[in-house]
Amino acid sequence: MADKNEILAGLAEIVNEETGLEVEEVKSDKSFTEDLDIDSISMMTIVVNAEEKFDVKIPDEEVKNLATVGDAVDFIANAQG
Amino acid sequence: MTRRLVITGLGATTPIGGDVDTLWTNALAGTPGAKTLEHDWVEKYELPVTFAAEVSVEPAEVLARPETRRMDRSTQLGMVAARQAWDDAGLSRPGDEGYDLDPERVAVSFATGIGGVWTLLDSWDTLRERGPRRVMPMTVPMLMPNGAAGAISLDLGAQGGARTAVSACASGVEALDVALEMLRKGDADVVLAGGTEAAIHPLPMAAFSSLQALSKRNEDPAAASRPYDRDRDGFVMGEGAGALVVETEEHAKARGATIYAELAGSGITSDAHHITAPDPEALGASRALRRALESAGAELGDVTHVNAHATSTPVGDKPEYAALRSVFGDHLENVCISATKSQTGHLLGAAGAVESVLTVKALHERRAPVTINLDHQDPEMPLDVVTGSPRDLGDKQQVALCNSFGFGGHNAVAAFRTY
Repeated sequence: MADKNEILAGLAEIVNEETGLEVEEVKSDKSFTEDLDIDSISMMTIVVNAEEKFDVKIPDEEVKNLATVGDAVDFIANAQG
Repeated sequence: MTRRLVITGLGATTPIGGDVDTLWTNALAGTPGAKTLEHDWVEKYELPVTFAAEVSVEPAEVLARPETRRMDRSTQLGMVAARQAWDDAGLSRPGDEGYDLDPERVAVSFATGIGGVWTLLDSWDTLRERGPRRVMPMTVPMLMPNGAAGAISLDLGAQGGARTAVSACASGVEALDVALEMLRKGDADVVLAGGTEAAIHPLPMAAFSSLQALSKRNEDPAAASRPYDRDRDGFVMGEGAGALVVETEEHAKARGATIYAELAGSGITSDAHHITAPDPEALGASRALRRALESAGAELGDVTHVNAHATSTPVGDKPEYAALRSVFGDHLENVCISATKSQTGHLLGAAGAVESVLTVKALHERRAPVTINLDHQDPEMPLDVVTGSPRDLGDKQQVALCNSFGFGGHNAVAAFRTY
């Protein structure tokens, strides 16, 4: 079980791997599309990698609700809870 | 009036050089690109052939990390070569300072034999071992054979068309035929043409072995690719990419580009003889040669040099000789032949592109590269093969040909003229 800081750090690594963005840029208040310029294909790749890393399920219909990095962190934390 | 077409940029990433200068220097010196493979899958799958000619510079060393994740290895190699050629031509991309191309007049013709075979087979492994959720969303655009053409068109901002010739080992030369057609039709002013292949994967290695097409000289990879030699026993699997910027003479001159050579013509035919075996009478290959000469407006006596397909298979080299003999007759004595697969291995869908780069270099530098491993020339193929040191091609205006033939009975010949 990871706390939210650990989830954020892990997510930042996944985003960095997929997009090349620096891990420091991946902050809770950043929007995946508006701020990080992540397209739907990259988003799905990030979601699938996050599922594996944190051992959770993120349903496809939930992905559109994950507007910011913080939304994703909260969802993963709750799903693990 | 037929538009005159010229080559203004060259790019390549190959087993004997990750750029054109290194490739050319090594091709003049005679450099074997084949080595024993060090991947664990060679032993794991007990492959009967344990060597191949891998690129000398890994694409991951050149491309950014997110790019490599979104491209199959074949597209990665194609992108490396395409960018080199574009930069060599002094052309810019949308967003660059001083960008002055009309993107709708810029096109791509980028070929492959197999396409994203690594992605296809890795994804299949992922599906079987880890389930459908783990199959990545980029799988389809990565495995499709037009993946390289599409990715390159995005990179260059080319909106005039992005086409993919797929004709096995003739693909690379057919890409030039497609470029020529686009330019002569007037659909574009500049075409980035080329071919790529990255099929040094256990399945293609096993499949080509099964066809008895690969050399089994496991104990001496450097000597395995030996076109025209009495002791040749098959081709050597290679990987890489080649790219050429083809543009109208008018467009090239207007921007003051350096012109390496003219793309004078091309010839495409099909054997309709056998799905893999060449026609022993080489009628299709002969017709492709004649078509290329005719479309180039060239006489037999204009031709000084041929970069031959010459893969080093026991059955393949002879029909190409028969075709050359039937078309050139006694003129063949005045044509020097380079079989550069002796150095690079066989790059399948990229072969014709890399060999066209070498043919253009030969005309521009007036020197034909060497053929290695020709210890005992097969007496049934009395050709003037360049060995030992490069051949001086002299100062006169001249034509050189690049031959490529592929499974499916595809014959493709490109004709270049000094400029």
